[in-house]
Amino acid sequence: MEEKQHIISVTVENRFGVLARIAGLFSARGFNIDSLSVAETEDPTVSQMTIGVRGNERILEQIIKQLNKLIDVIKVQDLTSSDHLERELILVKVNATNRANITKIVETFGSQVIDVGQKSVVIELVGDSHRIQMMLKLLRPFGIKEIIRTGKVGIRGEGEK
Amino acid sequence: MSGAEIVVEALKREKVEVIFGILGGVVLPLFDVLYKKELRFILTRHEQAAAHMADGYARATGKVGVCVATSGPGATNLVTGIATAYMDSIPLVAITGQVATPLIGNDAFQEADTTGITRPITKYNYLVKDVEDLARTIREAFYLASSGRPGPVLIDLPVDVQKGETKYHYPEEIKIRTYKPTLIGHPLQIEKATALIKKSKQPVIYAGGGVILSNASSQLRKLAEITNIPVTMTLLGLGGFPGEHPLSLGMLGMHGTRYANYAVMESDLIIAIGARFDDRVTGKIETFAPNAKVIHIDIDPSAISKNVRVDIPIVGDAKNILEELIKKVKPLSLEDWHQKIKEWKSKYPLTYQDDHKLRPQYVVEQICRLTKGEAIITTEVGQNQMWAAQFYRYNRARTFLSSGGLGTMGYGFPAAIGAQVGCPDKVVFDIAGDGSFQMNIQELTTAVINHIPVKIAILNNRCLGMVRQWQELFYGKRYSYTDLGGGPDFVKVANAFGAKGIGVSKKSEVKPAIEKAMDEKKLPVVIDFRIEPEENVFPMVPAGASLNQMIGGLA
Repeated sequence: MEEKQHIISVTVENRFGVLARIAGLFSARGFNIDSLSVAETEDPTVSQMTIGVRGNERILEQIIKQLNKLIDVIKVQDLTSSDHLERELILVKVNATNRANITKIVETFGSQVIDVGQKSVVIELVGDSHRIQMMLKLLRPFGIKEIIRTGKVGIRGEGEK
Repeated sequence: MSGAEIVVEALKREKVEVIFGILGGVVLPLFDVLYKKELRFILTRHEQAAAHMADGYARATGKVGVCVATSGPGATNLVTGIATAYMDSIPLVAITGQVATPLIGNDAFQEADTTGITRPITKYNYLVKDVEDLARTIREAFYLASSGRPGPVLIDLPVDVQKGETKYHYPEEIKIRTYKPTLIGHPLQIEKATALIKKSKQPVIYAGGGVILSNASSQLRKLAEITNIPVTMTLLGLGGFPGEHPLSLGMLGMHGTRYANYAVMESDLIIAIGARFDDRVTGKIETFAPNAKVIHIDIDPSAISKNVRVDIPIVGDAKNILEELIKKVKPLSLEDWHQKIKEWKSKYPLTYQDDHKLRPQYVVEQICRLTKGEAIITTEVGQNQMWAAQFYRYNRARTFLSSGGLGTMGYGFPAAIGAQVGCPDKVVFDIAGDGSFQMNIQELTTAVINHIPVKIAILNNRCLGMVRQWQELFYGKRYSYTDLGGGPDFVKVANAFGAKGIGVSKKSEVKPAIEKAMDEKKLPVVIDFRIEPEENVFPMVPAGASLNQMIGGLA
């Protein structure tokens, strides 16, 4: 069966054990969570999770139903099928051998260099997965030493993607 | 009031009559309060049995069962019992002791991450870190366990929280913003279902454990009688519709009746009520009931379209939804359909070779006859379970208690004790196998000491019969480790525990043995029926085959 990347947004009670319950629904089926971000919302008793996962459609549908069934879950949205905005923040440490070209790429993407060292520079980039993939592709020839990613966050919007 | 006193007060408020369990170091404060004997406590000999007793009590009475254990090994011993209840949606509250809060996570003596271990096998669980939260937690636990799709809820209670002091206040109202089970079926869906029922020519009702959990058997009966639709039941649905009713097709599935399976496969409409299309019921899923539309009534939205595509889902409480359906449906003329079923029934009856030998089916039939079909029957798991399902006629809900989902050997005997505690006026039989009975045989002591007169009918074939059957049929008769080597002398074992023991090896001895057991009102009675060891359970749908490709059974 077809496997597709899904972005699932889960609103939950902000208390201990909730993350383990949610992660358990995926791990019990041998599903790897590709990306996960969790933080408190404007209501401190509520947390918002964004889960990126790849898997069999039917099983994911089942997981979403079971997420809804968890006592601590307030709301589940599968953002994949709807218009949604998606962002991720990454920090990339690149070999500083060709500073001029690196700076050009950074400017093109409207991102920033946030640390400059003798041997390497650190670049910060915010974007959707397409944009991030593109920039990483362009930076790769310089030699990427390290990447840190926050994982995706997603929200439903009224306007365009 | 101390945390431990709050627990007891709260349990009294929840009208708990009995607790099953074993104590240990970190539940001493709680047991110091139980010492006042305001609540009945039954001390078991293994925590697993305590969980099964609470489960058997819950299934037989419809109330929430309660069990208690200490931390670490006490809690891990409960796990099988909790998982059993979870798979069959049985309302339980399990209270476990935990090491003192400052020690949690330090690998303290008898420490285990109980909430972590039980998370996937409970409907919900709590680690209470503050005595202020205790009363509310217990209130919520009972509410969660018994509402919506029921299930076990565990409360992990550190020893210092039991000792902590606070003002006792039991909340009347429960506020769980995320938990609002749908109880009333959507009127439009009920309308659509009514239209589909009206058009059907070959409909079947497929009733599961949900009918019993929602106490909807009389509504189910009305629906069937008004519409003339035949009813088949799952293992856990047995008793939800009278087994002797002319519209009953008995059990369906792997060891169901041929006529139930044929009817389901040829049906044009399946009305599933509180059932979940388990693999033991559907056989090969791709070929299951190819021409049937499916109406699925279930309180759990995640059960809908899980295994089988559903045309009309109705989420809600079965009893409410059936009440609504009864108001709308009209009698159907299904003469051709009933004619077909009648032919299957006469051509493929559920039967066995009733000769001079001591056969398990005969034993079950005799238990049914002598108890007038009114006993509570519990089972272990395996052949004994299937014979008990096939050859006893269950006419009332909550009279057949069996571990369906998890298939837990060792369930039946402690469950029988729990059922007998909840229903002291009933005759309770555990239809057991010699293998399963040995898994919780230690509870003979519990039954003797507490004067619980359950009857254990061991269908003793000196082997792990169901596995042996699979080895015979599918593994070239290579009987790898299924021979139990004769096992103990169960009559002597019973006597050693202070129970009564009766040995039966001839057909003529069956009836007097059952009668003698039924006359015993105080002590548990073990009847060791030394049956034909090679008897198999038939008919049978081999694993992976279509539901109508049954093997065996006398035609």
